[in-house]
Amino acid sequence: MRSKSRWGGASTGLKIAAAAGLVFLHLPVWVIVLYAFTTEDRTYAFPPPGLTLHWFGAAFARHDIWESMRLSLMVASVATLVALVLGTLAAFALARSNFRAKESITLLFVLPIALPGILTGLALLAGIRSIGLTPGFWTIVAGHATFCLVIVHNNVIARLRRIPTNWVEASMDLGADGWQTFRFVLLPQIATALLAGGMLAFALSFDEIIVTLFTAGHERTLPIWFYNELFRPRERPITNVVAVIVILVTLGPILLAYYLTRPDEHASGN
Amino acid sequence: MAAIELRDASRAFGPVVALDRVSLTIAPGEFFALLGPSGSGKTTCLRLIAGFDQPDSGQVLLDGVDVTDVPPFERNVNTVFQDYALFPHMNVADNVAYGLRVRRVAAAERRRRAIEMLELVQLESFAERRPTQLSGGQRQRVALARALINQPKVLLLDEPLGALDLKLREEMQTELKGLQQRLGITFVFVTHDQGEALSMANRVAVFNAGRIEQLDTPRALYTQPKTAFVAGFVGSANVVESDLADRLTGRAQAFAIRPEQIRILTDGTPPAGHVCVEGVVEDILYHGASSRCHVRIDGGALLAVAQAESGGAPSLPALGTRVRIAWAQASAVPLE
Amino acid sequence: MLARSVSRFLHSRRGFYLALLLAPPLLWLGTVYLGSLLVLLAQSFYAIDEFTARVVPELTLKTYRQLVGQPANVDIILRTLAMAVAVTLAAAVIAFPIAYYMARYAGLRMRAFFYVGVMLPMWTSYLVKVYAWRLLLAKEGIISWALTGLGLQGSLDRLLAVPVVGGPSLASSYIGMFIVFVYMWLPFMILPLAAALERVPESLLQASADLGARPGQTFRNVVLPLALPGLAAGSIFTFSLTLGDYIIPTVVGAPGYFVGMMVYQQQGTAGNMPLAAAFSIVPIVLIAIYLALARRMGAFDAL
Repeated sequence: MRSKSRWGGASTGLKIAAAAGLVFLHLPVWVIVLYAFTTEDRTYAFPPPGLTLHWFGAAFARHDIWESMRLSLMVASVATLVALVLGTLAAFALARSNFRAKESITLLFVLPIALPGILTGLALLAGIRSIGLTPGFWTIVAGHATFCLVIVHNNVIARLRRIPTNWVEASMDLGADGWQTFRFVLLPQIATALLAGGMLAFALSFDEIIVTLFTAGHERTLPIWFYNELFRPRERPITNVVAVIVILVTLGPILLAYYLTRPDEHASGN
Repeated sequence: MAAIELRDASRAFGPVVALDRVSLTIAPGEFFALLGPSGSGKTTCLRLIAGFDQPDSGQVLLDGVDVTDVPPFERNVNTVFQDYALFPHMNVADNVAYGLRVRRVAAAERRRRAIEMLELVQLESFAERRPTQLSGGQRQRVALARALINQPKVLLLDEPLGALDLKLREEMQTELKGLQQRLGITFVFVTHDQGEALSMANRVAVFNAGRIEQLDTPRALYTQPKTAFVAGFVGSANVVESDLADRLTGRAQAFAIRPEQIRILTDGTPPAGHVCVEGVVEDILYHGASSRCHVRIDGGALLAVAQAESGGAPSLPALGTRVRIAWAQASAVPLE
Repeated sequence: MLARSVSRFLHSRRGFYLALLLAPPLLWLGTVYLGSLLVLLAQSFYAIDEFTARVVPELTLKTYRQLVGQPANVDIILRTLAMAVAVTLAAAVIAFPIAYYMARYAGLRMRAFFYVGVMLPMWTSYLVKVYAWRLLLAKEGIISWALTGLGLQGSLDRLLAVPVVGGPSLASSYIGMFIVFVYMWLPFMILPLAAALERVPESLLQASADLGARPGQTFRNVVLPLALPGLAAGSIFTFSLTLGDYIIPTVVGAPGYFVGMMVYQQQGTAGNMPLAAAFSIVPIVLIAIYLALARRMGAFDAL
């Protein structure tokens, strides 16, 4: 139990500091969103002279933006698919089993997220070169699928561990074999975890730049396109439009995944 | 041919021995109880019969067929779980029909038979509800209906009455007994409550530390316990160890004497063949129809004496008074 | 039918079933990920031949000697380390009021609001945030405009004139880089800190006051030590994320190199994979040391 007010509640200073911190966190992104609607081409100027949707139109007419977006969407889709399959398999294997190598395997599944992106990126590049591959679509997918796998795995295994063991036993007791038990009992229960994991993986893959810069070769995903634009002053509002698109495509699924995986009240029928 | 047979079944979990060369036979149509304290192996035994676990050594036979390696979904045995294990994402009717669904019975037929089963447990109006909307007693009946829809030869129940309050428990005891007699199938249930086991079962296997100490009818267990553990666990008889027995009766044979067989002497001489001993009343527990006096006899042991309430006048001694108690040694049951 | 027989087969062979499940993901992680890491480690023990500019696949410590031997390289490492430490400290200071308010004063709804409010920027695209700051910090950007409007243009100029950390504009100075780093990792500091502060029982603070301590003393002697695990946990994030980053120093950068930039450059234009590999090991070593220290401070209890 926390009491809400001590000594008359939070001091004004604290409240201001907290609010200021929150504003600090939000302001930059809101500014970018605002900039996407400015009528001014030289977008360094503030305040923006007027608001328009013109740049959205211009951005959607750009061939290179479409190409990059298409590539990003494809990479994210394939990576997410691979991650869903591999991550779920791993989650089922590790959820309730106990064997000697389990700790090391669990560690292996933490590494892709725990190690800095630059290490993963460079390692993948070294690996690619060592077997003589050319970086391209599939190497990008390989890199993304690796950490997407971990994300899906984490989501699914958390859900699996909340399912009482005797549901599987009850299902088998009533005559269902392993596959039927999976389809009728387990799959409905992990569906939201799969969805959440998949959406998180998709969003992270779509937004990924740190590892992708190493593994992309000459391909340009949307983040790479964006990164290159950072150093070019022309047509800044279009870059802002792309920024807004990226925010929407990534933030939406992440938010949804968050609300899906909050502990739910209807855990079991006991 | 026995409906269920275990032959020298053993199961250990690491260093813990859950079952130690257990053998038992259960006849078709029996209402059989596996009784014992927690950790005694009774639940492990049930799980072996169901197929959720395999013995490390020994065999499990159903209807004379060795099913030791047969998975649960291929055994004609169904289980009612202690916490019911109802699937929350299905409604009651779908839960009950599950056993038919996995056998690919058509939807309409499934529904019909599910409602039939629900009528058997008087819950047909709850068909569309979700398990989370039911009370504990209702969930148990759904679990029962679900387990019976496949018309198994054997129904296993894991501590079926544990989660129910006293009144509900007594009702369910009668219902289960009636159900079993109507269906005519073998019921095997696990419990730690000896009262339950004695009142419902045809025969009871008393488990202790992974072994069966005695397998007998309830009456035999109560009147003729073979070991000190069974004597104490079933009917809470007084167990007199061999050295005390030696002092009291001259023979160094441990025996059990039930509280209701001991009397507090009000007048002088005990009848012939009775063992008499003095002690101090340490505790009195009121049980409604009768009371228990705990008497600390000279010699240290504590004996429980049951004193029936005979209409109106309390005949209980006061705490701390010295009393003389006696029993007919012929009523004592010798123990191993 | 097939599903049944397979099920029956696997049911009594649990080990085989597990191996079957684990094989695909393990194969993937093992070859794609672990394999690459091992190749990288091996590369760091090779060296580049100065004449042919090719990697000589012979085990040697030459590259590592180059890493720690050349003063320029050591400079880079120290610079990166200094920035990581500075960012961590600043993030801790800035995060504290927010986390403290969230954890101890905010009512249930306000707290939820704050949590989402902190997580939203955390989930927003990394690149978009970097880009936003580049615009903000630019000479003609908002901050410049705001400061001019407030008449503080002079202060900004003086700040930028400070040697080493200053620069031609905020967007190309260490100060600017510092601000961006702090911004990016702030949520990672706020959340564990708030969690740790939430766990401080109210009764402890009341006891402290009861025994005569003033609010400042209570804060120093009761709150701060108990918040330390949360601080340590958050600092792990800020420290390691700053050490390994190469994009922010490039985009919002001063001329000096950072470890991340070196890694990117060495494997790219310089074609010196061994040196790049060696540089990439640096964050790992530093993080490992830091983790060992943080663990002593109880950070892992707060995660």
